[in-house]
Amino acid sequence: MTRIIDRRFDSKKKSAVNRQRFMRRFKQQIRRAVNDAIQDRSIRDLDNGEQITIPSKDLSEPQFQHGKGGIWEQVFSGNDQFASGDLINRPPSGGGGGRGQGKASNEGEGEDDFVFHLSREEFLDIFFDDLALPNLVRTQLARISDYKTQRAGFTSDGSPMNINIVRSMRGALGRRLALGSPFSARLRELQKELDRVIEESGEDCEEALNLKDEIGRLRAKIEAIPFIDSFDLRYNNRIRVPKPTTQAVMFCVMDVSGSMDEEKKATAKRFFMLLYLFLTRTYEQIEVVFIRHHTVAKEVDEEEFFHSRESGGTVVSSALKLMHEVIAERYAHGTWNIYGAQASDGDNWDNDSPICRELLGSQILPWCQYFAYIEITPGEPQNLWREYEKLSGEHKNFALQRIEEPADIYPVFRELFKKNFV
Amino acid sequence: MKRATSKKVKQLPATSEWTFEAIDAYHAEIARVAANFDLDTYPSQIELITSEQMMDAYASVGMPVNYHHWSFGKHFLSTEKSYRRGQMGLAYEIVINSNPCIAYLMEENTLTMQALVIAHAAYGHNSFFKGNYLFRTWTNADAIVDYLIFARNYIAQCEERHGEEEVELLLDSCHALMNLGVDRYKRPPKLSLAKEKLRQAERTEYLQSQVNELWRTLPIHDAKRGKVAAPRFPPEPEENLLYFVEKHAPLLEPWQREVVRIVRKIAQYFFPQRQTQVMNEGWACFWHYTLINKLYDEGLLADSFMLEFLQSHTNVVHQPSYNERWYNGINPYALGFAMWQDIKRICEDPTEEDRAWFPDIAGSNWRDTFDFAMKNFKDESFIAQYLSPKIMRDFRMFAILDDEHEAKLRVSAIHDEMGYRRVREILSDQYNLGSREPNIQVWNVDLRGDRSLTLRHQQYRKRPLGGSIDEVMKHMARLWGFTVRLETQHEDGTVELVQETRLEKRRGQAEN
Repeated sequence: MTRIIDRRFDSKKKSAVNRQRFMRRFKQQIRRAVNDAIQDRSIRDLDNGEQITIPSKDLSEPQFQHGKGGIWEQVFSGNDQFASGDLINRPPSGGGGGRGQGKASNEGEGEDDFVFHLSREEFLDIFFDDLALPNLVRTQLARISDYKTQRAGFTSDGSPMNINIVRSMRGALGRRLALGSPFSARLRELQKELDRVIEESGEDCEEALNLKDEIGRLRAKIEAIPFIDSFDLRYNNRIRVPKPTTQAVMFCVMDVSGSMDEEKKATAKRFFMLLYLFLTRTYEQIEVVFIRHHTVAKEVDEEEFFHSRESGGTVVSSALKLMHEVIAERYAHGTWNIYGAQASDGDNWDNDSPICRELLGSQILPWCQYFAYIEITPGEPQNLWREYEKLSGEHKNFALQRIEEPADIYPVFRELFKKNFV
Repeated sequence: MKRATSKKVKQLPATSEWTFEAIDAYHAEIARVAANFDLDTYPSQIELITSEQMMDAYASVGMPVNYHHWSFGKHFLSTEKSYRRGQMGLAYEIVINSNPCIAYLMEENTLTMQALVIAHAAYGHNSFFKGNYLFRTWTNADAIVDYLIFARNYIAQCEERHGEEEVELLLDSCHALMNLGVDRYKRPPKLSLAKEKLRQAERTEYLQSQVNELWRTLPIHDAKRGKVAAPRFPPEPEENLLYFVEKHAPLLEPWQREVVRIVRKIAQYFFPQRQTQVMNEGWACFWHYTLINKLYDEGLLADSFMLEFLQSHTNVVHQPSYNERWYNGINPYALGFAMWQDIKRICEDPTEEDRAWFPDIAGSNWRDTFDFAMKNFKDESFIAQYLSPKIMRDFRMFAILDDEHEAKLRVSAIHDEMGYRRVREILSDQYNLGSREPNIQVWNVDLRGDRSLTLRHQQYRKRPLGGSIDEVMKHMARLWGFTVRLETQHEDGTVELVQETRLEKRRGQAEN
């Protein structure tokens, strides 16, 4: 007796659990690798998973084995030159030409690092581990700005445009059958009776005439049942369903005045990247607007944003003005979730900072889901910081943080999201 | 060629895409021929799977179900990686020693490969599982799948109750000692799901009470026995480390003992496979070759089928020479196949040399000789018994002696009149698990003192222990709960302490 079974369609991903276990166990190493990986990426280059490398000694499964040394005597195949008693020099790289034979398993790659591929989901999961996501999700869902209509069965009233003919006619037919059935039954009886009477006593006897009358009346009654009644009408029903917005725009605003050196820019880049990564978890489509400024602001592409250098003074409000213009022009029709991130060394022209606060508070923050400001400076907080600080109490969707060196960035980012969305 | 027979035979389908009907047709023919050869098999169950499922099966050591553990995830990832990069192909089949015998066929295989695999796995391996004495004594094909299900559920239960971490640590430790968790010499009782379940509760309670009894060391006892030499414990050295832990580790909870037991039982189940690689693979290769050729002789197979079949077959049984890049020791498929073919030749068409070397089997009925050999040997003894001078010449075998105290390697024997016996002896020893793996046994437990456990390694041919001794010792200490020592006994009888892993804190208390 033999059975042939097609198993191809059941129990896929059987070892998914084991994979998870593996990930959990080596979380530390994997997280380190993920953090390293971030540094080499463009902000938007996140659609890929990541190749993760873990030193294999960290995940070895130890066992007792014979070590090198001692006496080994082994049989080899393919003798082409040896006779008994020949002496041979040891092969240079220890191991005696295939010692420990028979073990052709994955131990073969024991020396190398263990490399495997993280899916995008896993990659992001690790990246955003422990961030205060649930609150953000709620914020996002609460803001419904778009509707779509969808069919939802049938109703008994509506506009003539939406009449569903098949349903209506089916209803009418049913009603006619139901209402007419007592008459039809009676009609059939009478008809039978009439046939009998005619056969017995001819067409013109009184009984037959009476019956014919009766039949005529019944027919009339049946015909009087309306062919279609307003009661029969059915309309296609459409309802409006709220549709959460799935697109977001992210503004990266950065100071590129002379005081921002490459190192500070790199820090800012990591910050923007983290925010972008974060948004990709929540939104399907994300646009990024790069605005850089010194005394004047300019919208640029990513390459120019991070890599070209300018110098001169700093007027932060110019950038905020531009941001506001861009919002008003392109993103103001309510289907966009707007996020802002500003990075600066905090060095602003003194009289400009109050203007910035005003601009941000009254013009930009009302549009934004969230606006984060980071000040990258090792020293005392600068005037912009002091002005912005006043805002943070008033607006729940505004956060500011100070970063001193690249190592601070991750904790700071977590701090930003934790604090402000509870 | 006997193709042009007068009888008109309907050929089996010769497309390269397989269908269920085609597989069925091939299987029916293969089964018929196998029955003519009197192959005694379990009923077989052929399952078609995807490559991903094949990798799953790889990862869980080839079993259809298994408990969850990160190491299986790791194996899956590394298999997946090399498969995707094309560094390795997957095996065409996996066969499970169970009743019914489950053979997995991969959907990527061509029809030819499916037929080959059916002959190889569902008839070759299957009959070997059913006949060979090791499998008969050590494994119970009827119960293994049930037992694995029991094991998985039990471990899942433990994870719920005691936390995944806790169970995982325990399994790590057990896995580290898995190879030393088998009875090599004792005959084990058979596994049976019904019995297991019935006895499990009883056993856990009973064991716990036993353990407590063992460690009841009242001071009065000490005073009385002051002068008498403390009795050794264990009285005899114990080869099965996991067994010893399960029965005697003082601090383990009942569920932990059960988990140790599960790992031990599974290790035991795989023990015969590790000892019969050459025989088993050779046997399966011999039968797929013989069965398919028989079908071809009957005119059932197309030439195109045969060409593809022969190509795969030759790839599998190819033996590279020592100086080729692909050389990775003696290929068990090649050696096994050659030996079984050779035994058949000796039976049917012996030369003078064969008569001198194998007077018992030269000229005998090959099917009877095969049955006897298949049933009663393992690799080590099979080679010692049946490796003929012809094979040694064909493989051009030579033996190399590598003594670390000598400046040079020495060719100790080659495939000539002087060397046949020596080569055979060395090759046979290569397959002896006792010399392949270090011999480590439980030597002593300090019952009256600090409860430390001493393991003793009997050195074999001056080979030191390698690998991650300290890691394994940590695992051993975790299981035992107290200090663990490892000693090496050299061949001259001197004993040297290799490693001591201290574990002063009593886990049981620390956790409370």
